[in-house]
Amino acid sequence: MDMAVEAGVIKQHLIDPEICIRCNTCEATCPVNAITHDDNNYVVRADVCNGCMACISPCPTGSIDNWRTMPLVRAYTIEEQLSWESLPAELTPEELEAAGVSAEAAGDAAAAVPAQTQAQAQAAVESVEPAFNSAQYGATVPPWSAAHAYTNLFAPKSPTTATVVGNFNCTEAGFDSETHHIVLDFGVVPFPVLEGQSIGIIPPGVDATAKRHHARQYSVASPRNGERPGYNNVSLTVKRVTEDHQGDPVRGVCSNYVCDLKVGDTVQVVGPFGSSFLMPNHPKSHIVMICTGTGSAPMRAMTEWRRRLRKSGKFEGGKLMLFFGARTQQELPYFGPLQSLPKDFIDINLAFSRTPGQPKRYVQDLMRERAADLAALLKDGASHFYVCGLKSMEEGVVLALRDVAKEAGLDWDTVGAALKREGRLHLETY
Amino acid sequence: MSTINYSEKIPNNVNLGEDRTLQRALEGWQPNFINWWDDVGPEGSTNHEVYLRTAVSVDPQGWAQFGHVKMRDYRWGIFLNPGDANREIHFGDHKGEKAWQDVPGEHRANLRRIIVTQGDTEPASVEQQRHLGLTAPSMYDLRNLFQINVEEGRHLWAMVYLLHKHFGRDGREEAEALLQRTSGDQDNPRILGAFNEKTPDWLAFFMFTYFTDRDGKFQLAALAESAFDPLARTTKFMLTEEAHHMFVGESGVSRVLARTAQVMNELKTDDPQKVRAAGAIDLGTIQRYLNFHYSVTIDLFGADQSSNAAIFYSSGLKGRYEEGKRGDDHVLKGQTYKVLEVKDGQLVEKDVPMLNALNEVLRDDFIKDSVAGVGRWNKVLEKAGIPTRLTVPHKAFNRQIGALAGIKMSPEGRVVNDMEWAAKRDEWLPSAEDFAFVASLMGRVVEPGKFAGWISPPVMGINRQPVDFEYVRFG
Repeated sequence: MDMAVEAGVIKQHLIDPEICIRCNTCEATCPVNAITHDDNNYVVRADVCNGCMACISPCPTGSIDNWRTMPLVRAYTIEEQLSWESLPAELTPEELEAAGVSAEAAGDAAAAVPAQTQAQAQAAVESVEPAFNSAQYGATVPPWSAAHAYTNLFAPKSPTTATVVGNFNCTEAGFDSETHHIVLDFGVVPFPVLEGQSIGIIPPGVDATAKRHHARQYSVASPRNGERPGYNNVSLTVKRVTEDHQGDPVRGVCSNYVCDLKVGDTVQVVGPFGSSFLMPNHPKSHIVMICTGTGSAPMRAMTEWRRRLRKSGKFEGGKLMLFFGARTQQELPYFGPLQSLPKDFIDINLAFSRTPGQPKRYVQDLMRERAADLAALLKDGASHFYVCGLKSMEEGVVLALRDVAKEAGLDWDTVGAALKREGRLHLETY
Repeated sequence: MSTINYSEKIPNNVNLGEDRTLQRALEGWQPNFINWWDDVGPEGSTNHEVYLRTAVSVDPQGWAQFGHVKMRDYRWGIFLNPGDANREIHFGDHKGEKAWQDVPGEHRANLRRIIVTQGDTEPASVEQQRHLGLTAPSMYDLRNLFQINVEEGRHLWAMVYLLHKHFGRDGREEAEALLQRTSGDQDNPRILGAFNEKTPDWLAFFMFTYFTDRDGKFQLAALAESAFDPLARTTKFMLTEEAHHMFVGESGVSRVLARTAQVMNELKTDDPQKVRAAGAIDLGTIQRYLNFHYSVTIDLFGADQSSNAAIFYSSGLKGRYEEGKRGDDHVLKGQTYKVLEVKDGQLVEKDVPMLNALNEVLRDDFIKDSVAGVGRWNKVLEKAGIPTRLTVPHKAFNRQIGALAGIKMSPEGRVVNDMEWAAKRDEWLPSAEDFAFVASLMGRVVEPGKFAGWISPPVMGINRQPVDFEYVRFG
């Protein structure tokens, strides 16, 4: 790696002149005097700003929270910034490359600012308390009112066959991270599933060592009586994997196979799996769902089941609350259908971490904002919490729950232990 | 020092509990404040839970904490920015001496007057805005109005604290009187003219928060330089809150302009009547509102020549805007400044001693800041392809205070006779018909994410919340 180039990339802090009202709060707040102004604009000195974020929350407009990945040698000067009427666009990867900045180095710079604040927050937490282990609060038992789940009806050595009866892209077309909604029909083969369970799919062919591929697990996105009610079918939410966690290109063996399936194709299926991440059937139970990306599958299943129950008049009073995170609105699976659910049926909170021109928001940020409502639910023994999505979200989410409980005057150790013991907090992250 | 103690009846970071006499005096004032709030605070809002910003400390991490709070339960109190024990007076005759922690006897009357005048403006805006909650164009705007109201209430607390702590019985009486005067009251009005004007509608409110709260910014900034350290520290904290008020005004007018421009483009017209018929506010009306609020606000800076201003500066009570950043001697003796007067029917400039012209200096700083913001409003029109531009009227237009008081002047700065003034008045300042039209648009819209037809939604929500966030929960 060319260290000189990597060191030459910064995440430059800028102020949006179109939104800024020149109130001077940032300049008065900045502890290192990185902010200055003339009659036209308020600007940040790139060589002085240390990204401490002290200016962010006092700003009344939000104009201050803008960051651009820049080669150090091309960092916007004070003079340039003072002349702006609007913020320049983010440099494209090609422009960055032309300036000698690799995509990787740019990515590192992009992550640098939030990472720094995360580390600070983490250090603050650790200085007063022992390390927080979110997993210890996850239940291993289902809620008391859950239906009985069948598991392992079809083992890897004796899979069953399902037919593809539907496959469509449920994210906005044209985006890199395509997510498909797949419907599989089992015909007359018994394959009972409950919301929150998963099934395994065995991709055809062999791996690099000439062994048969092993099954990949996917959460069921349909309710217990089928994607199409009364039919023996299930739906899945599958994201096409085109890069690994480091961002290197990779072709997900099973996800690409599933996303490319055509109606009429057959697939080898094992399962069902899972006997604890199950929804309560008690009609007054509340469900709080917290998810990212394809972690939405079980949430969709539960929501749809409740919607069908409600339609048939068999449901009373239980609340549904959803916290759903994605990088952008376009990448959020089922965005359209979610929008059409009635507000008095489900309380939807969407967090987008990569909307251009908008600050990053994660599900835990939304949870803290909704602390008053979450606190009320935490106090109610009929509330159930489900977390599904990327591993990295789990700790933040459980920490947010803990803080909400504490702020509401609840003893988290008592509440957390009860949630686990009573099968009311379920964590499924990958 | 920076953390605010909320366990006490009056939240504070000034160790109030250690001064029993002061604590009791303020605890005596507190119920009167709550009564005043109940009587003239935001109408019909007692049970609303509003998404408010409340400080838990005065450092950057703590002063902007958001959550749903009932306004009556807002934790008003006494918050001072951290002090610097070695701070020196940096202007006037006492330059280089140590800043005062107590009031010097010889400056007592003047300081009290400054603090009372500042303090009087704070409850006045709450009174002026009392009825606006009933005509809010959106839940987002309603929340902003309430945020401003509670902060004005807190700024009143700040001044009352100074009066009680440093001015003995006189201070307590002045603090009582702050709750007895009422904006617009015939018999017992607020001290300054602009604070007795009506704020009848939301366009007036946006103009008020843009111009008049900006006056607040300049006055507070000048007081934040004061040799009297408690005043400097209090006003510094108030300034951080004042920024939000100006934001509401600047973005509010921007959004009105954006909507007007949109309607003009959709209808392909610049006919004010057609724009009005489509439910938007025509640009002429916006310009007349601007003329009014601008001229009334620049009067707030006082007479263009003032021996009081000279005394306040020389004795270190009140500095200039950004005093510390100026390159002169910070004593200003023997220097001059140009002020306007009318001679033989013509406006002329004349040199007066700088110290006597400090009101004019502050007014000119304000004007520069205001004009820049009007330029940003014009960008909205420019982007929409509308050729009209808003302008601020001449400094001598519609003035009631100082040498220019009563001079009849067109917005461009031409001296006119009484007849012309009478004929053109309604072209230059909002007419009864303008007020009636704007009033006709004021209907209440409080469904999350919905906006009245005469205003555009904001670019982004408060505290990174979505625009359709439930900013107010109606009890």
